[in-house]
Amino acid sequence: MPKDGGIGASSKRREDVRFLTGVGNYTDDINLHGQAHVFFLRSDVAHGTLTSVDTSAAEGMPGVVKVFTGADFEGVGSIPCGWQVTDKHGEPMQEPAHPVLAQGKVRHVGEPIAAVVAETLAQARDAAEAINVDIAELPAVVDMKDALKDGATKVHDDLNNNLCYDWGFVEENKAATDKAFEDAAHVTTLELINNRLVANPMEPRVAVGDYARGTDEHTLYTTSQNPHVIRLLMGAFVLGIPEHKLRVVAPDVGGGFGTKIFHYQEEAFCTFAAKACNRPVKWTSSRSEAFISDAHGRDHVTKIELALDADNNFTALRTETHANMGAYLSTFAPSVPTWLHGTLMAGNYKTPLIYVNVKAVFTNTVPVDAYRGAGRPEATFQLERVVDKAARELGVDPIALRRQNFITEFPYATPVAVEYDTGDYHATMDKLEEMGDFAGFAARRAESEKNGKLRGLGVNCYIEACGIAPSNLVGQLGARAGLYESATVRVNATGGLVVMTGSHSHGQGHETSFAQVVAEMIGIDESMIEIVHGDTSKVPMGMGTYGSRSIAVGGSAMVRATEKIINKAKKIASHLLEASETDIELKDGAFSVAGTDKSVAWGDVTLAAYVPHNYPLEDIEPGLEETAFYDPSNFTYPSGAYACEVEVDPDTGKVSIERFAAADDFGNIINPMIVTGQVHGGLAQGIGQALLENCAYDENGQLLSASYMDYAMPRADDLPMFSVDHSCQTPCTHNPLGVKGCGEAGAIGSPPAVVNAVVDALQSAGKDVTHVDMPLSPDRVWAAMNG
Amino acid sequence: MYNFEFAKPSSVADAVAALGDEDAQALGGGQTLIPTLKQRLASPTKLVSLKGISEMQGVCTGDDGALCIGGATSHATVAAEAGAYPALASTAAHIGDPAVRNRGTIGGSLANNDPSACYPAAALGSGATIVTNSREIAADDYFQGMFTTALDEGEIITEVRFPVPEAANYQKFVQPASRFALVGVFVAKYADGVRVAITGASNDGVFRWAEAEAALSANFSANAIDGLSLSGDDMINDLHGTGAYRAHLCAVMTKRAVAAAS
Repeated sequence: MPKDGGIGASSKRREDVRFLTGVGNYTDDINLHGQAHVFFLRSDVAHGTLTSVDTSAAEGMPGVVKVFTGADFEGVGSIPCGWQVTDKHGEPMQEPAHPVLAQGKVRHVGEPIAAVVAETLAQARDAAEAINVDIAELPAVVDMKDALKDGATKVHDDLNNNLCYDWGFVEENKAATDKAFEDAAHVTTLELINNRLVANPMEPRVAVGDYARGTDEHTLYTTSQNPHVIRLLMGAFVLGIPEHKLRVVAPDVGGGFGTKIFHYQEEAFCTFAAKACNRPVKWTSSRSEAFISDAHGRDHVTKIELALDADNNFTALRTETHANMGAYLSTFAPSVPTWLHGTLMAGNYKTPLIYVNVKAVFTNTVPVDAYRGAGRPEATFQLERVVDKAARELGVDPIALRRQNFITEFPYATPVAVEYDTGDYHATMDKLEEMGDFAGFAARRAESEKNGKLRGLGVNCYIEACGIAPSNLVGQLGARAGLYESATVRVNATGGLVVMTGSHSHGQGHETSFAQVVAEMIGIDESMIEIVHGDTSKVPMGMGTYGSRSIAVGGSAMVRATEKIINKAKKIASHLLEASETDIELKDGAFSVAGTDKSVAWGDVTLAAYVPHNYPLEDIEPGLEETAFYDPSNFTYPSGAYACEVEVDPDTGKVSIERFAAADDFGNIINPMIVTGQVHGGLAQGIGQALLENCAYDENGQLLSASYMDYAMPRADDLPMFSVDHSCQTPCTHNPLGVKGCGEAGAIGSPPAVVNAVVDALQSAGKDVTHVDMPLSPDRVWAAMNG
Repeated sequence: MYNFEFAKPSSVADAVAALGDEDAQALGGGQTLIPTLKQRLASPTKLVSLKGISEMQGVCTGDDGALCIGGATSHATVAAEAGAYPALASTAAHIGDPAVRNRGTIGGSLANNDPSACYPAAALGSGATIVTNSREIAADDYFQGMFTTALDEGEIITEVRFPVPEAANYQKFVQPASRFALVGVFVAKYADGVRVAITGASNDGVFRWAEAEAALSANFSANAIDGLSLSGDDMINDLHGTGAYRAHLCAVMTKRAVAAAS
């Protein structure tokens, strides 16, 4: 049994007290003295040349402080991209400039053209309507394959074409992979779309810029998953502000899902304008703005082929993907279809040869970047769909085909450059078979048929690479950052601790689970520990939260810093106890001398550190504060098996999810309740992608699903009661907690289960349907059945 | 939104007078108008709220047995108090979400005549009478295409009278995002025949399916629809379904409404 409040306990989330009682401190809750408001005038056309932006009428409008256009930002840097991908010829990707406000051209609906700072938001908006913008419209580049045709309109005139990069991975495997296809006994081919999504965190993006003229210090309050990264990108690359003059604060953040990783123009604008106007400047995105300015997710078009031998062993895998970058390169966009996607194409299987080709394409659409799972859902979806299709073509049980090809020996070096440290894919599949009651499926199907419904069962596996990431490795792969994490543990004189972590919590419950780890290590009550995050002036450095990295990397840094604290405290205790340091044991918050009844409490030691009257000052410094940086030696590899049961109404095509089971292996678990909640949320987003969410543009680059009237978010009644288990645990072998991360699994593992289930249902009725593109909306399913 | 004057009269007469101002706009529950104003897509000089007019509130039974609903009555009130016409109460109970049902009004919905709204199907399917401050309009004359009605400028729906059928039902197949009707079919069986009104599907707004009405008037059973179909050519074709899909759903939902009618 876990201790109360220690590792393994389902401690209630302490942060929920403020979140659920309306006393959180979100960025929009921050209102500074003398604050002005900005309204961005955004392009309503997808592509065009700005022939004039006349602000003269707006400048005289009531309440207007200052009107900005692209001309005000000519000396300002481009919004940088944090990852440079090298193409299959060894050349760097094409990388366009990304201005804060449009320069000369607009390249997507929603691109900011001008900004009005005024006393009130209404005044700013009124004045923005008085800005006279002339745009000479150009043909919009929307379809990725059209964008790559000879003579296609260029999104960026100064680039060669609309191809960001043409990436081959692993290029050395290509010939052998092609040969394996020639020799295959069976080849299964599938073309599919991984649908574009809008993240839609509950809290929209907000930025408040502040400037202190007396000290020349800038502060940006922003809805970010990684305030230190924003400080570095914006300070060093855009505005030229050194880190010691720039503080970035990301207070309570209401969901991120990836879209709040990136550095956005509005952050740079508010920081810049606060100095230019000499007063705080605030922007709060409306939901309508969010649809056309938050980075979108996914949007891959893929052809995948699986080669099998006569015994149904996977012999090779080959993919061709077009990945939409949108109009500009968002912070981590180039890494998503490459290093977060190609490296996962082995999945749970010992396929010896894999070749992945990705063409990243510029279009006149909102930039696309990481969204919960980022590349790994795209990899899992295509792989688990093609395996399912192969099983159907071969007439073999899809679970048996998967089991036959499972990787069973670890560590396992895949042909796509990563090494899985540990896992047990049969164990999660065994657990899934138990949870899913597959034996009872036939009876449930018969019952559904009685009610005129088609029932289907879909199963899939997944693996992901989390705990991002070893800095030396990602540096070789083009990352322009290290991906370690830092933590400072400050022990106060009376024994309480403050942990300052570079991880950022925007719903994940770090304040609770991180405290549990330290409470366990020292043996004190979790209420003695405060977790501080989200402020560059408090936390030494941080790479932030994404890629299910917080507990694996940020938690490990915290463990390392706490170990240093314990080591120093033991030295102090040995002095107080007049014993050898090697004989000191820490248990239940007290230091004792092994084999004696002599002990000293945690609080006495911490007091001695700050009131060093009886203290080994000749050996160690007073005080008790330590910092550690942790750089992981490998990714972590959570894995699992998911099962979905659907009912399809053959008259309407409506899909209803009747059962959903998820068996995950996250390694060791800190707080099972929080992990279950993370899986539930991930499943909701994955099922949302599979059934409901569809970010669609028309041929003119107008966003068709630009509000909740047309963009369907998953709601409670779209989802079944989930059956979630994480008792299968193969601890990570290379981090001190043995943890793997759990934030993205649900979103990665669930879409193929849903689609596999629907295809199973349709085939059970004799329909010749091998695939339906997501979202599986009623009209699409009906059309597939009646096509 | 832009600035506007706001009036909340307590009588129909005062409301009519207030609406005489140029660019004045009546405000029911505001479930369409307020979002429109927030997006700055409309700029009335004055909003005249009809919510304070007590004579436009509530549900009662008329001398002829018709169910009479005040024009400013909320969907939630209809859901709770229109028990004499269960299919109508049920229709109201499934419009939007609780917030919409507590603010939105029947008069507002019918005046707006959104092509995907539920009430137009109920009113047309019931052969209701739209009563305004100046006249009575038969539902068959009232709906004149998407967002278009027989109402004159400044005319207010004060009451809607629904003849109570022998059996009726409304089947809504929701658009997944908005949860408005992708197709909604209201079927009502009266002594003199069956009415079938369909919302959500047509580019011309709510309409009656004459062929189905004739078949059902002869034989009020779901089988009567077998073999009947509508053309999808003039139906709405959007992200959520083609015209052909909507035409197909019209028949499916009609059958279901007949089967469920009580």
